[in-house]
Amino acid sequence: MSETVHVVKVGIADMNVVHAPNLIRTSGLGSCVGVVIFDHLKEVAGLAHVMLPDSSMARSETINVAKYADTAVEALIRLVVRAGGRREMLKAKMAGGAQMFSFSSKSTDMMRIGERNVEALRQQLNRFHIPIVAEDVGGSSGRTIEFNPKTTVLSIRTVNQGVKEI
Amino acid sequence: MEHINKLSGTHIDILKEIGNIGAGNAATALSKLLNKKIEMTVPHVQIAAFNEMMELIGGAEQVVACVYLRIEGDAPGNMFFVLSLPQAERFIRQMTGDETVTLNGHLSELGQSALQELGNILAGSYLSALADFTNLTLYPSVPMLTIDMIGAILQYGLLELSRAGDYAILIDTALYDERRPEDSVNGHFFLLPDPDSFASIFRALGVDLS
Repeated sequence: MSETVHVVKVGIADMNVVHAPNLIRTSGLGSCVGVVIFDHLKEVAGLAHVMLPDSSMARSETINVAKYADTAVEALIRLVVRAGGRREMLKAKMAGGAQMFSFSSKSTDMMRIGERNVEALRQQLNRFHIPIVAEDVGGSSGRTIEFNPKTTVLSIRTVNQGVKEI
Repeated sequence: MEHINKLSGTHIDILKEIGNIGAGNAATALSKLLNKKIEMTVPHVQIAAFNEMMELIGGAEQVVACVYLRIEGDAPGNMFFVLSLPQAERFIRQMTGDETVTLNGHLSELGQSALQELGNILAGSYLSALADFTNLTLYPSVPMLTIDMIGAILQYGLLELSRAGDYAILIDTALYDERRPEDSVNGHFFLLPDPDSFASIFRALGVDLS
């Protein structure tokens, strides 16, 4: 098999979908969370780079759905299903939501945003009955993640701990 | 962030001037601290989508040493002082006199506090110059040091902005050692005001935003 493998890059507050043998990746996740929704047998996966927990925080009239946990999960499911994923077979993996800076006692809500993003994504995935089969969240390190829809391996690279696979 | 469209040449010049005054003051402070002449570049004001911005600063995965502080008060925003790892090493060596310091792996407590103090002094002098120039009251948070991917770090500066849109206005000024001008990209100040702060800054300087 000599198919070329493309790595589809997802930016901040963005989402996309790939089929095997291609890979999908997003880099420099800090407090943001990368959530992957996939159908293993159909070898299709979507990835969203979520920045904020809830679209009610938006101050703009038009909303970028990939930016907020509550709107991103729904949109990502639609994207994956449209690309051939079966709604009832979807599973999820996620990584990110770090707290990059250690703050003194009076840490504001915005500083705990990583934790809140993870919590909001859990709620949304639960709401759509999508099981989270693996996650690597929290901590204080930035992450770059890459998902392979064929093997369903999510590889996570950090500056201090090298690469780990979940 | 609808006012991005309203920014005129005059507004951009004002933002550049802010970068000038802030970083100029910081360069003086750094010259005194290291006892050598530190120069600064002409400030760049970049208006870019988040992902464009990450590309402009060299890619989200680039590993840097960064001191971050949050600004509260009349014009809230975020300030980052970003150093390449070799430059951060050089600064720590100069400040502590310890030539064995490296940033590969574990950074000693002394190295960490030296870098933190450096960021503290520089960001503090940048902000006090900005406050004097605009007559605005600005309260910096305690500066925090981290060594990690620049994309992951700068996300903190984009949170407030991201509620209003997908664009950031970045005021970027670089410092460099006069005798090593080739290293001019080594120390950067990034000032990322919150969306509403632009109006406050312009108003304070007698220019309207419309």
